[in-house]
Amino acid sequence: MSILVDKHTKVICQGITGSQGTLHTEQAIAYGTQMVGGVTPGKGGTEHLGLPVFDTVADAVTSTGATTSVIYVPARFCYDSILEAVAAGVELIVCITEGIPTLDMLRVKHHINGTPTRIIGPNCPGVITPGECKIGIMPGEIHLPGKVGVVSRSGTLTYEAVKQTTDIGLGQSTCVGIGGDPIPGTHFIDVLKLFQADPATEAIVMVGEIGGTAEEEAAAFIADHVSKPVVAYIAGVTAPKGKRMGHAGAIIAGGKGTAEEKFAALREAGAQTVNNLAEIGELLNDLNLQSS
Amino acid sequence: MNLHEYQSKELFAKYGLPVSSGRVARTADEAVAAAISLGGNRWVIKVQVHAGGRGKAGGVKLVSNETEIRAFADHWLGSRIHTVQTTDEGQPVNLLYVEAITEIETELYLGAVIDRATARIVVMASAEGGVEIEQVAAETPEKIFRAIIDPGLGPQEFQGRELAFRLGMRGSQITQFTRLFRDLCRMFEELDCSLVEINPLVITTDGDIQCLDAKVNIDSNALFRHPDLAELTDPSQDDEREAQAAEYDLNYVALDGNIGCMVNGAGLAMGTMDLVKLRGGMPANFLDVGGGVTVESVSQAFKIILADPEVQAVLINIFGGIVSCADIADGIVRAVQEVGVEVPVIVRFDGNSAEEGSRILANSGLNIIAATTLPEAAEKAVAAADSMVPA
Repeated sequence: MSILVDKHTKVICQGITGSQGTLHTEQAIAYGTQMVGGVTPGKGGTEHLGLPVFDTVADAVTSTGATTSVIYVPARFCYDSILEAVAAGVELIVCITEGIPTLDMLRVKHHINGTPTRIIGPNCPGVITPGECKIGIMPGEIHLPGKVGVVSRSGTLTYEAVKQTTDIGLGQSTCVGIGGDPIPGTHFIDVLKLFQADPATEAIVMVGEIGGTAEEEAAAFIADHVSKPVVAYIAGVTAPKGKRMGHAGAIIAGGKGTAEEKFAALREAGAQTVNNLAEIGELLNDLNLQSS
Repeated sequence: MNLHEYQSKELFAKYGLPVSSGRVARTADEAVAAAISLGGNRWVIKVQVHAGGRGKAGGVKLVSNETEIRAFADHWLGSRIHTVQTTDEGQPVNLLYVEAITEIETELYLGAVIDRATARIVVMASAEGGVEIEQVAAETPEKIFRAIIDPGLGPQEFQGRELAFRLGMRGSQITQFTRLFRDLCRMFEELDCSLVEINPLVITTDGDIQCLDAKVNIDSNALFRHPDLAELTDPSQDDEREAQAAEYDLNYVALDGNIGCMVNGAGLAMGTMDLVKLRGGMPANFLDVGGGVTVESVSQAFKIILADPEVQAVLINIFGGIVSCADIADGIVRAVQEVGVEVPVIVRFDGNSAEEGSRILANSGLNIIAATTLPEAAEKAVAAADSMVPA
């Protein structure tokens, strides 16, 4: 078991003929992901990487039965691409692209409210269920099928946490990068809910960073609804106020969103926290879960 | 992207928000001419910098004759202003704004931001204007009133009225404020703002509403659809090294420590800085080389880090995902040779081609300290920086 995606998930790629779309679709196919097609307006009817290319998402969904779409189109076109996928009834949209205007995501979030569509990202590494389905830009080889659920706002920081769970032999049920933007499609809470309900997930690693209050909200949810052990790390103790640390969402504004506040909220909620990111694996080891 | 007050007010005027008439000046002569063309015999003259707290730092003055205008201009133009919101270096003053005087009865606060938790634009208003609004929010949150904008419906009249009544407005002020509320929201959405702040919003002695100050931030990610706004950028207000880094798609933020950091990924870069501090050192900077890192960008990153004279050691932490550590290693070797790095360089590779990358560094004959784990790298960097500090 896993969450969101598995070996049965049929995936299309929006922007498949672009350089990013091509590179990562190739890698997804090599990993064993069921890539079933792609969308590039104007190139419908052609083939790319051995997959059929369609003009519209609706055509791609009808022809292939895909339920999931991964988006690699440039930021200025993402709003339209996401809405097209929603209109076509895609259940899971994974948007990798960085740099989408915040108000675009605000409108998208409002629009999908009440529809069956879930969006992961934007500005995220993607989702992977090790050994079954890789959707996104993460390096497949650091993953190991297993029992730790990983959810993170960051990219390479996620890889760091993933590698530690692989090195100690526990492996991962599913890893979800929710992205570093101020308005993500999916929040920590949404993913924590899924991990709590997933029988294959025995422990959860949550990687947060400064900015916003998503970690505090996650802490409140953990206290009330998560019985599985949670190991949490927050990046940005050394970040100064008012300076955006790379991610659009990583900024301590109006004195709110500091790492200290987030650590404190998570500890209070019963999560185990590490202030040294290299100790995530060690702490998981102390939980005495059986190796995969 | 930050805008100056005068630019923000030009946008306000375009959207029908009430502002005083004013003129920008680059010299003392222009400032005097601005006052004459505005008419009257009293004006407010303000330095234009990307920072708040100007008033307390002497950057805002009531003037009533040419001598006072010239004295203010001569004092500020070409120098730097230090406020509670600037670094120790301060912000350079290249522009002044001369405005017709407003007789103030009451000072209020009005602002609009994007609330992440609800994914909505939220308008905030308070009768406690002219002071640090963060302080009001922290100490007396009940004094801040909010209107949440529905993305489907937009701002509603009743929301504007509600705020106006809570702020204690009367008569025609209610209509004025409701219109202002609507126009502010329209501007926020149409211009892709991330923040609009009017502090203070004032009620004049004539009983009218006026935006006395204006602060507008535009979402940089949306500038592709606002080419006119993109032109309002003022590079003189940005940190020189941060601007230089941005040209190479590097994310750089200067800090106060002595250990330069070069990392791929924003989250990992923060995590690396935190670990340096945990090991007793202080990071000199945040630097994310990004996913599309090249030999050229590694070389640029070195130059930017080493331009900071405080840097006593450089810690490089790369987790190769898409990017190959072997490519980064080539970049490091070339950069160290080209730039002439005199401080110790500590490198930790993991992920894609990490071993090959380490081999390239080991065979380069350069003084590069290899580390296999991140804590080890942080420790070595702290030790190396300590040994460089003159006794």
